[in-house]
Amino acid sequence: MRLGDLVLKVRSKNAGPFWVTIDIFCDRPEIFGQVRDNLSTRAVAELYQVPEQLLKRFDIEDLRVVKFSIPRPVVQGSAADRDMHGAQYAALLEEYEFD
Amino acid sequence: MPTRVLVPSGVLGLGFDRKALARGVAMRPDIICIDGGSTDSGPFSLGAGQSKYSRAATKSEWRILMQARAEAGVPLVIGTAGTCGTDSTVDWMHDITTELAEELGQSVKIARLYSGQPVGRIARALEAGDVTPLTPAPEIRLDDLSNIVALAGAEQIQAALATGADIVIAGRTTDTATIAALPLLHGDAAGGAWHGAKIAECGALCSTNPTSGVIMVDFDTDGFTVEPMAESAACTPHSVSAHMLYENSDPFHLYEPGGYLDVTGARYTALDQRRVRVEGSEWVPGPYTVKLEGARIAGYQTTILAILRNAHYVKNASLWVERLTAYLTGEIESRMGLTQGDYSLEFRLIGVNGALGDLENRSGDPVEIGVLGIITAASQPIAAEIGKLINPFVLHYPLTDSEELPTFAFPYSPATTDRGPLYEFALNHVMRLSDPMEAFRIELSQIGAEVPA
Repeated sequence: MRLGDLVLKVRSKNAGPFWVTIDIFCDRPEIFGQVRDNLSTRAVAELYQVPEQLLKRFDIEDLRVVKFSIPRPVVQGSAADRDMHGAQYAALLEEYEFD
Repeated sequence: MPTRVLVPSGVLGLGFDRKALARGVAMRPDIICIDGGSTDSGPFSLGAGQSKYSRAATKSEWRILMQARAEAGVPLVIGTAGTCGTDSTVDWMHDITTELAEELGQSVKIARLYSGQPVGRIARALEAGDVTPLTPAPEIRLDDLSNIVALAGAEQIQAALATGADIVIAGRTTDTATIAALPLLHGDAAGGAWHGAKIAECGALCSTNPTSGVIMVDFDTDGFTVEPMAESAACTPHSVSAHMLYENSDPFHLYEPGGYLDVTGARYTALDQRRVRVEGSEWVPGPYTVKLEGARIAGYQTTILAILRNAHYVKNASLWVERLTAYLTGEIESRMGLTQGDYSLEFRLIGVNGALGDLENRSGDPVEIGVLGIITAASQPIAAEIGKLINPFVLHYPLTDSEELPTFAFPYSPATTDRGPLYEFALNHVMRLSDPMEAFRIELSQIGAEVPA
């Protein structure tokens, strides 16, 4: 099933011009546990084509949120940028096929 | 000493609930703070030294806040005035303030805090080893930056408040600095001051009704309490703590001039249905560094947009663009003498992978495809000339040599649009200061008669 169908919301946004941060809001504790345990950091790094060691991951139990921050694949506003606010990056994780 | 800070909204220019503002003013805040900007819309504002928001929207909202200030009898502070907080946008905001003071018949003392950095200062700091790159940082090149700003912290805002100003118009500050300044001056908990400031800096985004705008934060020696001013809004432990996620690459640590905030141990407690109490955040002092932002012109752009609706071309759009690009590269070289190092020409397929580019992993069967051609060249005349040269081919180029010339849909005439300069962010560095005011300056002005304190 797609990750977006399992969780409440997947949101992405710039965190300054050089980073983009993606928050997965899980709603229920058991869903949070499922995402925390089964969504690998490597899979997310591959999805966004960034080296795994540059990706920051936070599993925040109190909020039932799994958060990833990645150096922006292209710097915000540079000639190659296609998404000034970084908000569409979330779509890739939202549509990620997840068991 | 407890400090009550009223935050009318996350940014001046986006609107706020006026009833909620009136309720906040009636609760007798010690200061009114609002943010004026961010880098979130991209490098243009900083590069050009211009506000992203319209003067009309800014002026109409600032009028209401200047009236609220007069009624409350407390300082009004705006941080990162005019979106980017360059000296030019501080002056722009000062012009608006002067006009309004005259229109409203107000006598006000105004302090302008300038954050603009001369290149020479950065070059000297670089040579002295006082400039450190953050991750990831572009290579430092100072020769062609159009604007550099340093992000002021609480100390510079405190210095502006110490002048006795009624209104402080600050250039680039951190998102939190204007809100944290007075609680810190009053000796409230430093961890609580920065944490409460971070929670309130986007206005009611930390509540259940983000568009209502207005938030009140009460700071004291143990922490802070946050309450939305709109009746329709509520703050819950979840809505407040979740705000630490927003536009933060690390939700537990926030770097500011002179240290960092650590909220790992923060406890969020509901006081009632709409107020949240937060304690346990820590401030960890460190070296006094300020973050630098800079922008430069990375070229000039002309764009062209064509829409493919014919099924044959929609199906073969990627191949068509590949062939077209190869042909145009030759045309540009033979007619203008430009090789690929002199300019760039990129076609983006809207409807295929317009937003995600190479990261896109889905494909579909679009009804139509927008072909957005982006030309970047060393000057606007060159970019415009390339645009004119490619225009007929973007309209008529066939997929194969054996077919008739197609004609695609141009949505407007002329088909090309000159976009002007393309700016890029050029710094992600911090600069160490020996004195917080070393890289900032304050100018005072008095509109109308001086009112004795």
